[in-house]
Amino acid sequence: MTENILRIENLTMQFGGVIAVNNLSLEVNKGEIVALIGPNGAGKTTAFNCVTGIYEPTNGCIYFCGKAIVCNHPRGKMKKLYVGENKGAYPKVIRNSPDKITKMGIARTFQNIRLFKNLTVFENVLIAKHMRMKQNVFTATFRLNYHEEKRVRQECLSLLEEQNLLHLKDEPASSLPYGLQRRLEIARALATEPKLLLLDEPAAGMNPQETQELAKFIVQIKDKYDLTIFLIEHHMDLVMRISDRIYVLDFGKLIAHGIPKEIQQNQRVIDAYLGVAEDA
Amino acid sequence: MKKALMTLIPIALLYILLFVLEQILPASSMLFVVLKKGAIYSLLAVSMNLLNGFTGLFSLGHAGFMLIGAYTYAILTIPLEARPSVYQYFDGGIIQFTLPVFVAIIASGIVTAVLAYLIGLPILRLKSDYLAIATLGFAEIIRAIFQWDKLGPVTNGSNLLRSFPIFKSVLFPFTVAGLCITLIVLLINSSYGRAFKAIRDDEIAAEAMGVNLAKHKQLAFTISSFFVGIGGALLAMYQTTVQAAPFRASMTYEILLIVVIGGMGSISGSCLSSFLFIACSEWWLRFLDRVTFIGSFKVPLLASGFRKVVFSVVIMIIVLFYRQGIMGTKEFSLDALYKFFEKRSIKKHKGEDLAE
Amino acid sequence: MEFIKTHLPYVLAGISVGGQYALISIGYTMVYGILRLINFAHGDIFMVAGFMMVYLSASLPLYLSIPLVILGTVLLGFLVERVAYRPLRQAPRMSIMISAIGVSYLLQNCAWYITGGLAKQYPAIPWISESITVFSATTKIVTIITPILTFLLVIALVLLIKHTKFGMAMRAVSKDFETSQLMGVKINSVIGLTFIIGSFLAAIGSLLYFSNYTSVTPTSGSMPGLKAFVAAVFGGIGSIPGAMLGAFLIGICENIIKDLGWTTFSDAFTFALLIIILLVKPTGLFGEKLIDKV
Repeated sequence: MTENILRIENLTMQFGGVIAVNNLSLEVNKGEIVALIGPNGAGKTTAFNCVTGIYEPTNGCIYFCGKAIVCNHPRGKMKKLYVGENKGAYPKVIRNSPDKITKMGIARTFQNIRLFKNLTVFENVLIAKHMRMKQNVFTATFRLNYHEEKRVRQECLSLLEEQNLLHLKDEPASSLPYGLQRRLEIARALATEPKLLLLDEPAAGMNPQETQELAKFIVQIKDKYDLTIFLIEHHMDLVMRISDRIYVLDFGKLIAHGIPKEIQQNQRVIDAYLGVAEDA
Repeated sequence: MKKALMTLIPIALLYILLFVLEQILPASSMLFVVLKKGAIYSLLAVSMNLLNGFTGLFSLGHAGFMLIGAYTYAILTIPLEARPSVYQYFDGGIIQFTLPVFVAIIASGIVTAVLAYLIGLPILRLKSDYLAIATLGFAEIIRAIFQWDKLGPVTNGSNLLRSFPIFKSVLFPFTVAGLCITLIVLLINSSYGRAFKAIRDDEIAAEAMGVNLAKHKQLAFTISSFFVGIGGALLAMYQTTVQAAPFRASMTYEILLIVVIGGMGSISGSCLSSFLFIACSEWWLRFLDRVTFIGSFKVPLLASGFRKVVFSVVIMIIVLFYRQGIMGTKEFSLDALYKFFEKRSIKKHKGEDLAE
Repeated sequence: MEFIKTHLPYVLAGISVGGQYALISIGYTMVYGILRLINFAHGDIFMVAGFMMVYLSASLPLYLSIPLVILGTVLLGFLVERVAYRPLRQAPRMSIMISAIGVSYLLQNCAWYITGGLAKQYPAIPWISESITVFSATTKIVTIITPILTFLLVIALVLLIKHTKFGMAMRAVSKDFETSQLMGVKINSVIGLTFIIGSFLAAIGSLLYFSNYTSVTPTSGSMPGLKAFVAAVFGGIGSIPGAMLGAFLIGICENIIKDLGWTTFSDAFTFALLIIILLVKPTGLFGEKLIDKV
């Protein structure tokens, strides 16, 4: 039986009076590539942010490998403002800060690329290993963690090599061209040794050829690192080519779910988002 | 191994140079004032840089922590025979033991670090501007507490503390400050240093990469304050007396400005800038403060206080036009120096070739 | 009756100095609301206004020096913004704060240089410096005038912000800097006006403050400045009535503390208040919460 890696249950995110994500439920199973698509402002990145702990959802529960990592129900001011559903369903409140969630095995890239601008390419990847190193401030300062440093550096160098970034390892991250910055972000996310990888518009700004390479690359790393992939994307060729299943969001609500072929033919999705192909 | 040797040899040479200077120059020479004070301020600037420049935590509490370090050292080392006269209004004070100098110096660091830890618990999650004001506030509260008469038996209230052991040779502050700065450099170049820099560059991304913000901010704050405390102890030894009143916000501002001039994020920049700052303020630019006459013509502007005005203007120029400071985020290294001269000679030769 | 006689002077002093702090704190809260900048130099502008009065009134009659002081202070505030803050608008936040600290440092050093470090006596402004007896407690008229004047000025300011075009522009800029620019708001005018108003109020504040505490030194501005900033934070950054409330609270409490005999801590009280506010309700009494978009 396929193991369930991520399960989102009745997730609602309300900012003040605006509902960004409305009662979203979905699941991602081990080894799958699942896509979350929809028009801009549909709430996709917000959902990601709830999963990774950056936002505290207004209502709902998120499970990772069967264990609840984020759970909430409307409290305080929200009690009166809440206009969503399933209000009483989650009495427990479970919070985890983003770093804890990353440690558990969920990694992510950002829609607007958030690299450490003043650090080198190499350092950007090394940071992701910091939490995995067996050390404390004293052993690190006095270089007693020599073996850990060596191991970690090796792993990061091979990640960079895989991304064809090895020759740029000592350049400041901000000096890289856009496409390479995206690759660096992915390398950095991989360095956290994740089980689940969240990619937020990884193909943004790429031309069709680069997108094809990215598609191949995503499948490669999935197999090589035994990952599960959950991605947000607007490039439909990428989505349709590599996804096992697709969820479609519109105005925060889930409007469709299925395999690529089904989604392509779903009228609601076409009306809201995909549009009809022009006759050549 | 080679790298270690490359850094140890210049340091050994420096020591020999200082030793020789002390033998040949009179002890009252301004050079020693600059070297001693410069070394102490280097430590203070580098520890501020660790917090503000490397971790991006805008803290203005430096003066308060220096005060704690200075007082801790003084209180713990005033010899028993001197206590009755120092604490004359408080019956000799309640602390009736003395610790050896090195123990007291480390104690200064530890006491300051512990206090910093406690202060940091609530305030480190504040946004940068509010953190600045909160730390400033704490520094002022600390200053008020140390002037409080009720604590006189320990702190001597608003009277000054004196008679504690001081240093004579310039090698002492250099050694202590040098050791501390070395530790800070080791920290910065370690995995934790990378985590600090990541927090400075992008907190949210750092957290997403597994760096626990609260824990690392606390680490940076506490460690920086440890070294500030030691700097305070050294300052006490240099000044030979300690009193709470001068440890005002302006002291913090001066160190901040030193760090900015040297370049936030450059340790060698902070050291260089400290020595420059002290040299100018104590020695080279002193003439700006003297009323000078050329014949019977009084040179305009030169009067007491002009030196600081010139300073302030220079600082504003750097803040507005040379925000990176002298070194930016780069560090001084013999390698870089060599390459710099190499580039220049290549350019020069190119110019000559073209001219022919 | 005895109770009132001994304690009323302190309460009155508290209300008076509170009003003076209020006039300074409005400058802080307005500038922070728009630029997200703690104008560290604001307290020193207040101090410079004090010195301007000392020097001008030595050679000019009061009816000339008072308006000149106000004009000079306003000019100074405007100049500081133009030279030290505007060029750094795109720079990281720390740079502009460091610039503010630099300006503060410069102003204090200039004052020290010009005055030779000795405290100067503030001229007695007729009528407001005279004594008056209130409920058998003696105080100066300025103590009574300050809160009234402060209230009137604050009301005028709030009306300006609510009912004029410029006021609307100011509110827009403090809500969303970039979008206001895109909507055609002349940012430089709005910011310039903010500094002008802030400096104007600081000048009035200095007239009242130094009529009471007549000794002016280069560091006369730091404490009142810091306290005024705490008042602004307490009231909720960006809220003018809040800043006024906070200032009166600080003024009254610090004098009550002096009354109780804990003079060493009267200054520290302000900072304790600051820290409590930052921990309990960082947005202050009337402030708003902001959510970062990731």
